[in-house]
Amino acid sequence: MNKLFKKIIGFPQSESGESFLSSFSAILFGVAFGFILMLIFNPSEAFEGIGIILTGGFEAGRSSLGTVLVNSAPIIITGLSVGFAFKTGLFNIGATGQLTVGAFAAIFVGVNWTFLPGNLHWIVAVLAAILAGAIWGIIPGLLKAFLNVHEVVATIMLNYIAMYLVVLGVKETVFNSLRSESLSVHPNAAIPTFGLDKIFPDSSITGGLILAFIAVIIIYIILKKTTFGYQLKAVGFNRYAAQYAGINEKMNIVYSMAIAGALSGLAGAVVFLTQSGIHITTTYILLPQGFDGIAVALLGLSTPIGVLFAGIFFGYIKVGGFFLQRLAFEKEIISVIIASIIYFSALSAIFKKYVRKVFATKKNSDGGDE
Amino acid sequence: MEYVIEMLNITKDFPGIRANDNVTLQLKKGEIHALLGENGAGKSTLMSILFGLYQPTSGTIKVRGEEVVVRNPNDANEMQIGMVHQHFKLVHNFTVAENIILGKEDTNRGFLNMDDAIKKITALSERYNFNIDANALISDISVGMQQRVEILKMLYRDAEIMIFDEPTAVLTPQEISELMKIMKHLTEEGKSIILITHKLKEIKAVSNRCSVLRKGKYIGTVDVGKTSIEQMAEMMVGRKVLFEVEKGASKIGESILSVKNLNMTNKVGKEVLRDVSFEVKAGEILCIAGIEGNGQTQLIEAITGLNSHFSGNVFIREDEITHKSIRNKTLTGIGHIPEDRHKHGLVLDYNLGENMILQSYFDNEFQNYGFLDFEAISKHTNDLIERFDIRIGRGERTSARSMSGGNQQKAIVAREFDRNPDLMIAVQPTRGLDVGAIEYIHKQLVRLRDENKAVLLVSLELDEVLSVSDRILVMYEGELVANVYPKDVTENDLGLYMSGSKRGAV
Ligand SMILES: Nc1ncnc2c1ncn2[C@@H]1O[C@H](COP(=O)(O)OP(=O)(O)OP(=O)(O)O)[C@@H](O)[C@H]1O
Ligand SMILES: [Mg+2]
Repeated sequence: MNKLFKKIIGFPQSESGESFLSSFSAILFGVAFGFILMLIFNPSEAFEGIGIILTGGFEAGRSSLGTVLVNSAPIIITGLSVGFAFKTGLFNIGATGQLTVGAFAAIFVGVNWTFLPGNLHWIVAVLAAILAGAIWGIIPGLLKAFLNVHEVVATIMLNYIAMYLVVLGVKETVFNSLRSESLSVHPNAAIPTFGLDKIFPDSSITGGLILAFIAVIIIYIILKKTTFGYQLKAVGFNRYAAQYAGINEKMNIVYSMAIAGALSGLAGAVVFLTQSGIHITTTYILLPQGFDGIAVALLGLSTPIGVLFAGIFFGYIKVGGFFLQRLAFEKEIISVIIASIIYFSALSAIFKKYVRKVFATKKNSDGGDE
Repeated sequence: MEYVIEMLNITKDFPGIRANDNVTLQLKKGEIHALLGENGAGKSTLMSILFGLYQPTSGTIKVRGEEVVVRNPNDANEMQIGMVHQHFKLVHNFTVAENIILGKEDTNRGFLNMDDAIKKITALSERYNFNIDANALISDISVGMQQRVEILKMLYRDAEIMIFDEPTAVLTPQEISELMKIMKHLTEEGKSIILITHKLKEIKAVSNRCSVLRKGKYIGTVDVGKTSIEQMAEMMVGRKVLFEVEKGASKIGESILSVKNLNMTNKVGKEVLRDVSFEVKAGEILCIAGIEGNGQTQLIEAITGLNSHFSGNVFIREDEITHKSIRNKTLTGIGHIPEDRHKHGLVLDYNLGENMILQSYFDNEFQNYGFLDFEAISKHTNDLIERFDIRIGRGERTSARSMSGGNQQKAIVAREFDRNPDLMIAVQPTRGLDVGAIEYIHKQLVRLRDENKAVLLVSLELDEVLSVSDRILVMYEGELVANVYPKDVTENDLGLYMSGSKRGAV
């Protein structure tokens, strides 16, 4: 009993407790900010509105929860991509580009390679997406390792290159000219639901969520349990010490970017390998799931488990935003509110400092003996 | 009341460790009060409490007889308390003046009032003979000068009580004697100083009284004039300490390391190594002596592979390893205690266990099929903690960042010795260590040499150079200028070689 009590009291000071509290306060701050925006734009419905945002994910029961998870799966994976790179000392701003090329590779295989039987078709499509994303990650990795080109610059440029190339590629190979978008993938190429559709009926849920979970577990294991992860993190924390220890920094940068890219590519497959009518359009826009990944990684403090919860939270808030349309909010205002909540929440690293300070002084003034 | 500072019954707990246990420290006006204690005894912690960086778990602080709470360094500044930290806190791409006024900027309608600041700084610098250019960039001035900037920072804030945390660990002997003069000058003006140092000679030379801590506990305060160095050492360690290194005659064997015609020019085109050639043999401790900045760092970087922009050849036994990878060199049997423990020696964000496998995580002992074997790592770490007497709070899970400076150094030493290399390159291995730990490390170096291994020691401390080494090479401006045996030279001779006033045969 006493032990449990100590554990609860000590939680804010423990490392995971600190992380949890800081992420939580960041979210509160984000929601408060969203609420202020609602007060400004539509004061009479602000209270109802914030209620809808916060409960929307449960609005239609399991169906809307399903939608939450559909939204969450890809941003969990792009969040992992950004967070993983960050743990190894790299800023991967290129998740959206890697996701885009992954999406194209997945759709290309999904539409054209109908000779692949049954389950093999979607598996190959997913692998193609992973491979394409990895290549798109390796390019800035090589540039950084051998030519000292900063990865932020390289990945941003590659985002645009990916966008234009993919629109071109869609037009040339998998074009539905009637609707100006990519063709639908063969039913075999859609990621199966693994029975999730029974748990979350009437939603467009796919097995993408399962793939996201698997990715979280794999990245967790790499970072926590393997010599490979040990090396990568050493370079990220202190490249000089890593050099001293004989770790090949250049190759580590390339590996790290390859994995980050592969993850974002997988996210592309998760978004587009579905039967629910989602296609690559031929308008020139950068896909948002890549950028959301940055916010997810920030809120989740770059750890796989943190990213998992952050991704689900963002998916949840987005569904809440969808239901907000019932009230008299402009569509654009809703986007602004949701984006504000998400991006303010992403400031959790800043809150970590304060959490530490508040609880450190508190403990001391208690004068508590061990 | 004659005490300007009283810290009474101070206790400070960190997770898993009591860093200060009912400690009392009383500082008289105008005195230099030394604070002595082993690595991890809690000296820095106690001073951080006085400076407002930590809050004590219990105990009271009185400043000029009045009970106070120091919530943060700003409070401390207001009470005219200043501190020079163990690791300096300067902004490298700022000028001297910018660093000094940082946090106390004088503004006029939002614009910095630099001119007045520079005037005041120049006046202060002249008064204390600091010889400092207020407009120089921090990155361009020597470590000794940087320390003066830290002192000026305190003076600029009108500090009356000054805390120096191991100020001499990074200084050359010349700089040390100048610092001592400055400190005396300051106390003559009525300022009071708390000085943390592991060098008992310095305590003897400048301080009036000395308080001793051992494992967080207060042992006592003595009058330095009436206490011998040996007595102080015993108070601090709890046993007699040997200041002489015990060693027998060396049995010189085959050549282990040979370096041929190393030349290196730095980024701005200056020659930093000039035709350096030498050999280290099995059973020998060879010491490279010299004043900091005469090419020792670059020489070691070339041998270990941290820098590959040089010409010449490096051999281990008969095998050329000049341009082999660092990993490769490590595996051929080189141990390396690096000069800068925070830059190269440790990953501060890793815990102690993770740091202990930094050079061997890929070894089958610590991994199976690429998966780290945490049980083995933990066992290994605890073994080293015990054998090398590393004092920490939470075993292998202690974060390297939270360890005391000396214990960080011990951890690196433990890691490198444990690999039992044929050639040990030890760069200032005892920097920042207490006398007990220094004794221990010297014994280990001698043990390696007695086991027929080769030791290449780089040291700035004449005492260490003369007592530990079997042979001494003196480096001056990138060149070897003397090859001597400790029994044939005096400190004075060495000083002359080191300052370039004398040359010998190499
Ligand atoms: N922030 C911290 N968190 C946890 N433990 C700490 C922290 N700071 C210091 N400690 C622990 O408290 C003890 C005292 O450390 P401190 O730095 O005061 O030693 P020190 O006497 O200055 O030693 P050194 O001579 O090696 O610098 C050490 O065991 C250290 O590991
Ligand atoms: Mg200290």
